[in-house]
Amino acid sequence: MNDVISESQRPRGLAIFHIDTPLLLGLLALMGFGLVVLYSASGQSQAMMQAQLIRLGLAFAVMVVFAQISPLTYKRWGLPVFLLGLLMLVAVLLFGEIGKGAQRWLNLGFVRFQPSELMKLAVPLAIAWFISNHNLPPKLWRLLLGFVMCVIPTLLIAKQPDLGTALLIATSGIMVLFLAGMSWRLIVFIGALVSAFLPVMWFFVMHDYQKRRVLTFLNPETDPLGAGYHIIQSKIAIGSGGLQGKGWLQGTQSQLEFLPERHTDFIFSVLSEEFGLVGVVLLVSLYLFIVARCMLIATRAQDNFSKLVAGSLTMTFFVYVFVNIGMVSGLLPVVGVPLPLVSFGGTSMVTLLAAFGILMSIATHKRILASS
Amino acid sequence: MRRQREAIQDHAAEAQLFKRRALVAFSLVVLLFVIILFNMYHLQVRSYHEYQTRSEGNRIKVVPVAPNRGLIYDRNGILLAENTPVHSLEIIPEQVADLTKTLAELAELIEITPEQQQSFLQDVQRQRRFNSIALKEQLTEQEVAILAVNQHRFPGVTLEARLSRTYPFGDLFTHSIGYIGRINSNDLQRLREQELAANYAASRDIGKIGLERYYELLLHGTVGYQEVEVNNRGRVIRTLRSDPAISGKDLILSLDVGLQLTAQQALEGLRGAVVALDPRTGAILAFYSNPGYDPNLFVHGISSANYNALLNSFDRPLINRVTQGIYPPASTIKPHMALIGLDQGIITPSSRIWDPGYYQLPNYSRRFRNWRRHGQGWVNVYGAIIQSNDTYFYDMAVRLGIDTISDSMKQFGFGQRTGIDIHEESAAIMPSRGWKRARFNQPWFPGDTVSLGIGQSYWTTTPLQLATSTAILVNRGDSVVPTLLQGTRFQGEFEAKSYQRQPAVRIQDPHHWQVILDAMEQTVNTREGTAFRAFQGTSYSSGGKTGTAQIVSIAQDAKYDADALQEQHRDNAMYVGYAPAVDPTIVVAIVVENTGGGGSTAAPVARQLFDYYFSAGVNQ
Repeated sequence: MNDVISESQRPRGLAIFHIDTPLLLGLLALMGFGLVVLYSASGQSQAMMQAQLIRLGLAFAVMVVFAQISPLTYKRWGLPVFLLGLLMLVAVLLFGEIGKGAQRWLNLGFVRFQPSELMKLAVPLAIAWFISNHNLPPKLWRLLLGFVMCVIPTLLIAKQPDLGTALLIATSGIMVLFLAGMSWRLIVFIGALVSAFLPVMWFFVMHDYQKRRVLTFLNPETDPLGAGYHIIQSKIAIGSGGLQGKGWLQGTQSQLEFLPERHTDFIFSVLSEEFGLVGVVLLVSLYLFIVARCMLIATRAQDNFSKLVAGSLTMTFFVYVFVNIGMVSGLLPVVGVPLPLVSFGGTSMVTLLAAFGILMSIATHKRILASS
Repeated sequence: MRRQREAIQDHAAEAQLFKRRALVAFSLVVLLFVIILFNMYHLQVRSYHEYQTRSEGNRIKVVPVAPNRGLIYDRNGILLAENTPVHSLEIIPEQVADLTKTLAELAELIEITPEQQQSFLQDVQRQRRFNSIALKEQLTEQEVAILAVNQHRFPGVTLEARLSRTYPFGDLFTHSIGYIGRINSNDLQRLREQELAANYAASRDIGKIGLERYYELLLHGTVGYQEVEVNNRGRVIRTLRSDPAISGKDLILSLDVGLQLTAQQALEGLRGAVVALDPRTGAILAFYSNPGYDPNLFVHGISSANYNALLNSFDRPLINRVTQGIYPPASTIKPHMALIGLDQGIITPSSRIWDPGYYQLPNYSRRFRNWRRHGQGWVNVYGAIIQSNDTYFYDMAVRLGIDTISDSMKQFGFGQRTGIDIHEESAAIMPSRGWKRARFNQPWFPGDTVSLGIGQSYWTTTPLQLATSTAILVNRGDSVVPTLLQGTRFQGEFEAKSYQRQPAVRIQDPHHWQVILDAMEQTVNTREGTAFRAFQGTSYSSGGKTGTAQIVSIAQDAKYDADALQEQHRDNAMYVGYAPAVDPTIVVAIVVENTGGGGSTAAPVARQLFDYYFSAGVNQ
């Protein structure tokens, strides 16, 4: 106890501004690399670079603001925000605006808003609050309630339909339960249950376009000009990059637009093509560093709420990365998940950095929590 | 305190639990990252070559480049067939927001027929959206100017310039040079069979008739290739490598524009053919069939209305009269006949017969009439040729017999193709017993032989055959192959064509050649000669033979009355001639259809050609 206090009594460097320096450096390095790739992937578009820089700046500001807010405040507001988010998700299904074939936007008159983004933060905060009110590991009924808190928003978002976000939100909720010490027997049981539920999903829940994506994933070469085109072209881009890549701005698959969505979901393929395996290893190292640093923050956190929130947000960030890379390299079906902090645009950028803001808050507010 | 201690113990246990779970989660992270990297290694290192190849296949396309077709010149270097830029209005559908609106707006600027619109819209359905599709071809200069000024209003609408074949002299050379046209399925089939299809990968046109067809291989050139980088829509981004096309060879013809024009003027308003060649080599100096037609109509595809007009015209302009016109040779072959008679000993230079104005076969009542109804009295070979005595040649033909005539005349090239360098040639007919049996399943009658003596009956020739057979006379037995091509030029290097000259007719007494040539010279030079009037007062000497071919047989004792006959049944006028009389350098054959006497209509055409030939110094 004394160790912790004495350590945190002497905040070093940027910690006085509630900024975690290693995490900051990791994020900056990743964004820098991301901008270099985006310049090429956007076809050297000045306009796109400008838009991305503005968005990054805004997201960064959000991160700094979120870092200043005490974990106590997050704990206090977790449930109300969660409930508000649920209401808005229902509202989206009833009155939402349609974009790209899915109903995701809520028009609040002055701003168009994606409630699912809010839920990316609210779900882990609320479930962590609920679980951490009592000793760990949680009792079964508590776990089940936590599970329900996670399943409701997931289904509402999957219904929009937005499979990618639903997947991320499910991850964030389940990760809280897993890190809270949910028993392995239960994990295996739920795993079995989900497997049994999959055929039901296929026939009654999934939309045609989602089924098509899965089929295409299983065998992309059967439909090289249709649905399989994206995956085939992406794999060609990655494979032809080789060990060292074709060179920055020299990727023929991306520059000649054989690669679809090259500046958004498929930006990893551009990187792989132009920077080769060397670039891929560099990128994966940056992600691994960020995940490792965040996991360290989680284990060092003082209270269970902070630990669970930090761990869940970290794992969700990882799932982002894994699903995107897995998708563009043919390991996973095509699910619309951007490569975090590298892909162009999206509200997701702000949400992501807000999550890192919460992580920094947890990393730097130890003293206050400990003394409370 | 106990509670607190318990709480602290719980706290420690909870921290341990979380640590374990965090470690499991992080291990999962590391494991999944390893799987990603392993997959990347598999894609980027182990399968690198496969994906590298597919990537190149995506972006690199090989585009064939059409060679420029060789040009065609006359003997003096005057351009007869050239490649000129023509503009067409093309649209890239992908780049046009509203096709219907654009079409309507374009139609306000220039005339666009409903057919053009319809065929354009059909093409739009068939082709890929980024392909440029022609809306209107062969724009006039005014249309090009209007469109150029308004082009900013029409994104996706372009003016394309392409080289197109043009024949500046129009109908003057149609039957010799011919024309090119779009490659059709038959052409493609032929090219595939000859394994030339690859060389035509970028070509739109191919020689259809005439020299354009005959010398297609020389004119076309060799296809080039461009390796280009394309984007995902197939649009060319840049050229990576190119293997330039090799232009076709230029053709230099022995034809002379001035002589052609002379022929055209001389045949103005008439149907007929003129051919002039150098008897020493076979080089053709003039080759003209009247009426002609404009070959430029065919280059871009002739309209069916225009084509039907040509096809159904009474004047039959599509027929190449020089090589496909089939005419009874009439009296133009009397010199040849006389030579055979001399060689066979049937006649001598001084032997005579009595001409009462007709010839009668023994035991037959039918009278074969001389054109001079009251006869010429005593006549020898000179008089028979000079005045074109029919009776003399009736008699001689009967005494020679069909077999000798047929065999000997074949040596002069009758009934066979001359081998001229165009494909449109007829062999015409040199009749024989066997031919008549095969053709009509009838025996050869003596009466058939009688008319053969004056080049009638079943005997037909082309004007070109008349010219080449006359060349054999002036060459004293040597034949030449008539040739339009004098040489080729490739990258500034001229390569002359070699001419073939070889013995065709051998006779026992070479003096007999002179007898015939003297008689032909006197046909022109003596007052009684049938061609005397036409050649009065020339500055050069010449020889020749007139002919007047009967198209319908006239009843016994009836008089030929041109006015009473339908136009196409009137006599054909013919003339064969050469100049100068000694060591001739030009031989001509003239046919004028349905105009009457050879001396009065055909010989003057020859006169005009000779006059021009010598005054302009064509062959020097």
